[in-house]
Amino acid sequence: MLRNSLILLVLLGFAAAIFPLLHSYEAKDALTGVAEHYANYGKEEVGAANLVSAVVVTYRGFDTLGEVTILFLASAVIGLFLKASETYTKDSRSVFFKSTEILVTASRLLVPMILLLGVYIFINGHLTPGGGFQGGAVIASAFALLLLSRPQKHFSHKVISVVESISGISFVFIGLLGVLLAGGFLDNHILAMGKFGTLLSAGAIPIIYILIGLKVGSELTGIVRNLKESQKEG
Amino acid sequence: MQLFSIEYISLVVGFLILLIGIWGILTRKNILKMVIGFSLFDTGTHIIIVALGYVRNKTAPILNQPDLQTDTAHKIVDPVPQALVLTAIVIGLGVTALMLVYAMKLHNEKKTLNIQNYKDLKW
Repeated sequence: MLRNSLILLVLLGFAAAIFPLLHSYEAKDALTGVAEHYANYGKEEVGAANLVSAVVVTYRGFDTLGEVTILFLASAVIGLFLKASETYTKDSRSVFFKSTEILVTASRLLVPMILLLGVYIFINGHLTPGGGFQGGAVIASAFALLLLSRPQKHFSHKVISVVESISGISFVFIGLLGVLLAGGFLDNHILAMGKFGTLLSAGAIPIIYILIGLKVGSELTGIVRNLKESQKEG
Repeated sequence: MQLFSIEYISLVVGFLILLIGIWGILTRKNILKMVIGFSLFDTGTHIIIVALGYVRNKTAPILNQPDLQTDTAHKIVDPVPQALVLTAIVIGLGVTALMLVYAMKLHNEKKTLNIQNYKDLKW
């Protein structure tokens, strides 16, 4: 009883804390402050048709680097957690059921298409909604499907970590190139800006997004792989 | 304050999801359900942030049409909250994955997911 009323009290406290925001909220009629600058000058300064990408990769590129680092840390800690007590031998049995013919055939058809969609999403991240994180997640979902449909198949951890490290290092390297060749860290003017709205435009943003896509895809695939490898009967 | 405008509805829905998430974290006994509560809390926050960046009757900040490319600031919604939510989604995913793996390790140790059976840190 006391517990329930305490919980109710906490919820009411939260509701009371956020109620003023809800009550006095008015939708804006125009952009203000930094958003106005991004909207007015983003086209000339960054050259990306997708302004969210411009903010994520160039204006706030340093945040994105931190974000990639956090995801890397999460995947590394998950790998550590799952590895530390792995007392299973090499030939211990997987707990996955044998997959049906339908799943195997469907995955054979779908996996290449899902991979292609993921690549499309992160290559066009500066033009259409999407970007490196979304494309990477789509790619990881293709590998998750592959792991579900063929549990016996073994994924090399080495390939995953090599792709991950190379894309991570290249991301930082391109950021440093911006210091040398352009205005600052992660400035996208190190390449020609190209025609606005075409695939080869927005300077380094497509390249950075490809690297982010590969990195996120390999990290999430690594998490899925680690989870699968730990699901074995000793 | 228009009660049935799109920004107000999404704001209220976001707050409700956030409160449901807190309620789930506080009341559920199963660790997995608590993790779901955390995810709901995350999602509610994301909806609130995006709703706060809404500008009345404006379109998405993607300049793929020629008429959007002039006088852009008066035609699009705020791109900054959307970029921040993009960040928040990824970090939320990492945290959720960590919590789930932690729950898995706990289950391997004690074969139970009920939070009341874990008294090691209780005083």
